[in-house]
Formats: sequence, C-alpha cells, structure tokens
Amino acid sequence: MSAHPTGAAGFLHRYEGLRMRLPGARLPFVAALRDQAAEAFRTQGFPTRRVEAWKYTDLRPVADAGFDEALTAVDSAPDLPPAHGTARAVFVDGRFRPDLSALDGLPYAVESLAMALPGLDGRLGALARVEAQPMAALNTMLFEDGLVVTVPAGAAGGVLDLVSIGTASERPEAFHPRHLIRLGAGASLTIIETATGPEGARYLHNPVYEVEVAAGATLTHARLQQEAPRAFQLATAYARVAEGGTYDNFTLNAGGRLVRNEIHTVLAGPNAACHMNGAQLLRDGQHADTTTVLDHAAPDCASRQTYKTVLMGRSRGVFQGKIHVHQVAQRTDGYQMNQALLLSPEAEIDSKPQLEIYADDVKCSHGATVGEIDAEQLFYLRARGIPEPRARAMLVEAFLKEAVEGVQDEAARAALDAAITGWWEKAA
Amino acid sequence: MLKIEGLTAEVEGKQILKGIDLEVPVGEVHAIMGPNGSGKSTLSYVLSGREGYEITGGSVTFAGQDLLALEPEERAASGLFLAFQYPVELPGVGNALFLRTALNAVRKARGEPELDAMQFLKVARERLKALQIGEDMLKRGVNVGFSGGEKKRNEVLQMALLQPKLAILDETDSGLDIDALKIVSDGVNALRGPGFSALVITHYQRLLDYIVPDRVHVLMGGRIVQSGGPELAKQLEAEGYASVQAAA
Repeated sequence: MSAHPTGAAGFLHRYEGLRMRLPGARLPFVAALRDQAAEAFRTQGFPTRRVEAWKYTDLRPVADAGFDEALTAVDSAPDLPPAHGTARAVFVDGRFRPDLSALDGLPYAVESLAMALPGLDGRLGALARVEAQPMAALNTMLFEDGLVVTVPAGAAGGVLDLVSIGTASERPEAFHPRHLIRLGAGASLTIIETATGPEGARYLHNPVYEVEVAAGATLTHARLQQEAPRAFQLATAYARVAEGGTYDNFTLNAGGRLVRNEIHTVLAGPNAACHMNGAQLLRDGQHADTTTVLDHAAPDCASRQTYKTVLMGRSRGVFQGKIHVHQVAQRTDGYQMNQALLLSPEAEIDSKPQLEIYADDVKCSHGATVGEIDAEQLFYLRARGIPEPRARAMLVEAFLKEAVEGVQDEAARAALDAAITGWWEKAA
Repeated sequence: MLKIEGLTAEVEGKQILKGIDLEVPVGEVHAIMGPNGSGKSTLSYVLSGREGYEITGGSVTFAGQDLLALEPEERAASGLFLAFQYPVELPGVGNALFLRTALNAVRKARGEPELDAMQFLKVARERLKALQIGEDMLKRGVNVGFSGGEKKRNEVLQMALLQPKLAILDETDSGLDIDALKIVSDGVNALRGPGFSALVITHYQRLLDYIVPDRVHVLMGGRIVQSGGPELAKQLEAEGYASVQAAA
C-alpha cells in the first residue's frame, strides 16, 4: 500500500485528482464554489490551536490520519438505528441510499444533493462561509452528496429521520455530506438525525448544514451524534431565521473520539427565535467541542442556549458560545448557560462564553458552572435505599434534564431521552 | 431493635460523641432531647451512615446486624429510616420517580416484588390521603420549592411508603407550624405498633405532646446524662437543660 499524504495537503491532493469527477463538475457555479473553497482551505489548512476559534480543540489526530475516499459497496446493508418517524433518509459513508430510505408521499420535497445540483445555483453555499471556517471549506471542496429538503409554505412536515452510517474499517475514510434544508413561510419540520457507525469503524464525518427558516416557520433539528468510538465528526451548521421563525437545535455529542459541533445562527427578522441546546456525554479518551455563534441581527428576537456536559475518565469537553447583538437588535432577549458535571478528577472542561452587545436596550445573560455530584444529594438518595450507582444515574439524568426540556418537539425530546438513558446504561 | 454501646465519633478531628449507650426495644418510641451542639444530629447521621464522621469506638447493633458495617442503602433496606432535619432538594428528579425508585430498591433488597408505575401510584395515593397531602406533590421535583412544612410531610410520606422498622426523626418539628406538626405526628403515630420503633430527636418538648415517647433521654456534651419517662420532657420544658446539667 502506498503512503497517503496527510493533513491539508492530502485532501488538496485528492481534490486535484477528483476535481473533474466530483458531482456538479460540469456546472460552472459548482466548480467555482469548489475552487474557491479549495483556495480557502489551501490558505487556512487545518486550524491549529493558535487560531482563537480552535484554541481548545486540537485537530492533529484528524490531520495526521491519512483518509481514503469512501468506497462502499452500493448494496451494503448496515444495521440501521431505530426510526423515530415514518420518513427516513439514509446515508452510508456519505452517500444517499434510496434503497434504505423511505421518502414517498411526503408533503415536501426531499432529494439527493448529487441529483439536485443543477437546480441549486444561489442556494448551495448561500450561508456557509468557507473563508472563515476551514472545515466548511473542506466540505465544499469535496462533498459528494447530501440531502436537499424543501418544505413549501404552510406545510406541516412531521418527523424526518436523517441517518448517517460510517462503515470504513480497514483504512480510514472521509465523507463530507452537504445538507440543505429550507422551510417556506409558516412551514414546520422535525429532523431527527442519527450519526453512527459500527465498533471499530474509522472515518471522518464532516457534514455542513445550510438551514433557511422563512417567516413564521419552525424547524426542530435534533442531532444524535453517536459515531463509532474511533471516528471523528466535525459538523458545521449555518442557520438563518426570518421574522417570527424558530430554529430549535439540540445536539447530543455522545460518540466519536474527537468531535466538534459548530453552529452559526443568524436571527435575521424581528421576533425570530432560536434554541440551541445540547448535551455532551463523554467517556474516557473522548474529546467533544460545542461552539455556537449567534447573531441577533434584528429587533425583538429571543434566544435560549443550555448546554450540559458530563465527563468521565480522562475526557475533555469544550463549550464556546458567542452572542453578537447587532446595533439594530433592540429588545433582544438572550440567555446562555453551560454547565459541566465532572465524574472523574482527570476530566477537563473548557468554557468560553462571549457577549458582544452593540444595542442599548437588551436583556442578555450567560452563566457557566462546573461541579461534581453533590454529596448531600447522593446521601439523601442512598439513605432511602437507592444503591449508589442508581443514585448517581438519577443525579446525572436530573442534571441533563433541563437541557432536554428546552426541546419543544415531543418526538425529538423522546429520541434524546432514549439516547441519553441508553448512553448511561452502557457507561455505568 | 437498636442497641448502641459506648459509641464515640469525631468530626474533623473533634470528638462529638463521647460514649453513647442507648437501647430502643422493639415497638418502643424513645426521645432524645438536648441543647444545640450536644451531638443530636451527629448521632442521627452516624446511625444512617453519612460520610464525614469517624467512628472511633463502640458498636451499634440494629435488628441483629452490625449497623456500622453497612452502606447507607443497606441500612435503609434493612429497615432504618432517617427523617432529615433539612431534607435535600433534588432539582430535575421527579418526586414520584424518586419515591418509586426508593420503594422498589428497598422491596428488592427485602426479596419482595417491585411495583410498576400503576401499582406504585395506587399505594402512593393511599398514603397521601392518609397524610392529607395533595397529589400534586408527586409531580414536583423532590423538595424543590417546597415550604418547610411540605418538606417534612414529604419525609413522613417516604417513611409511610418504606415502612421502616426504626425511624430516626431528626428535629422533624423544626420549622413546622402547629397544623403541620399535627400531620407529621399523626403520620408517625399511625406507624406505631409492635413492629415499629422510633428515635425522636428534638430540642423542644412540644413535639412530644403529639408523639408521646416511652422513654426520654437527655443528650449533653456527647453523652446520655439522664433517662426517664415522658415526664422528664415536661421537667426539661419547665426547668431547662441547666437543671439537668447541675444534677449530672
């Protein structure tokens, strides 16, 4: 086997080789986006910890791994995670698998990005910022597929399962799905995404989401990151919410070896709202990073962020949250809380909240706490006959509850509850 | 039921219990009275197994077992119940789930079948009714936002569900108005019988008007300095702890 070039050079080399064969190569707007992204990625490379936004997350394990492109048999049939609704879109190693999906008779359009590309001029890349986020640049340079969801005005979309399975085991593979989600005025949709892979699978899952929520529409976007233990996931979501719309994102970081959940939300019209909640459940050796950037760019918008991290063994958690209140965004109501529960003396949490406020009539609060399991609470439970492991589990569940309760959609909340319970049962 | 012999204990290197001898026979209710700082709460925590107390001597036998060798949950499962002076708030833990988990843990340890949610609700409703507690208490977080009286009632509710062999009531009367005091006392009195013993720890005689003890012990300076019948409590109420101190 030949040695694989690693780092940014490896991916740029791949791009040079694949450039004319990637989906949309003959579409000038796609080719231009890719070339632009390649240039941005060439300039920035993999971010090092000297870059402020990556101060606490070291991507060297990703950069140092030599990745192959995903070469999965088109008829492989991996185990699928439990469904939460009737509609389901399945991706295996980043490629859409219509044979494993169930998308008939929906009140909205769902397409494979690779197929839909000719119609996406102006939509693809409208929100992603490749010059600022190198992982989004890498995605744009090499994406092969993704999901394009378009919900017409007023339609109630119900629940859509979005499943990603990474299977590579012999050599690590990388896939960069690009998902475009657009809700028309007054529409609603719940996406419950499960990203997973079998034990032993080694891959980089580098998805980018571009989410447009029109006036009065509501998107619930629940992401269950349950990747294989040796996998990497570096996800970047961009959301733009128009007047009176709501973007409700919950990200559960429970799997993978090194993961980042980066969300950029712009509240672009008056009375828009967003919830960005999440939980990070980390076992020995895991590193998980949640980074949120929220722009209050219109007046009278409300935002709620509650992130909870539970750390075991020698794990490391990161939360960075920036709220930027623009001058025009009067009467902004912003709240951000991040809390960590350390179950091991060797675990580490880094937390960096950041407020930039340029409007004068604003209600904005943020807070951060780090603690251990409360000895008084633990004793109270044990004094009632509850064995210590169960008592600890109850207190961890209680710690996480506040974040999950922020999710309005019942199906999403139930999925998150089940995932958290399942994680704890395995961990304890 | 409970036999304490020569019990000594320290907190952070400071000796608090200086040789306690006490026996509570099956079916009896004993009161321990004493001024602040006499070691009343330390005794209740040592008996229930809280961390932070170093037992330096003596022994405690409970229902034939070496109590001090058991974990807190094992003590609860073998029938010991501590009603906390300051019940702990558990935000995010629903009271119904808490009560059911506790009840089932104890039932399991006793070799009894566990109750499902419906069976539990039936039992809990009976107890709530008997204690004149509204059902909404089940839906709230454990002790979260409860008034002082509600917290104590919740303790008695737990006791009524777990049906211990020995209940230790640690200053259960503190912070209670007279109505709450009556409800709590009725709850304890309802459990009285040949299979139930209690150790009622209190600063004031008032509670003992409602829960009339078989014996009263006076704890001062980490020792039992005097024991007697219920009339001892009245004497303390009238003359204060100074009189006992003088006599001792």
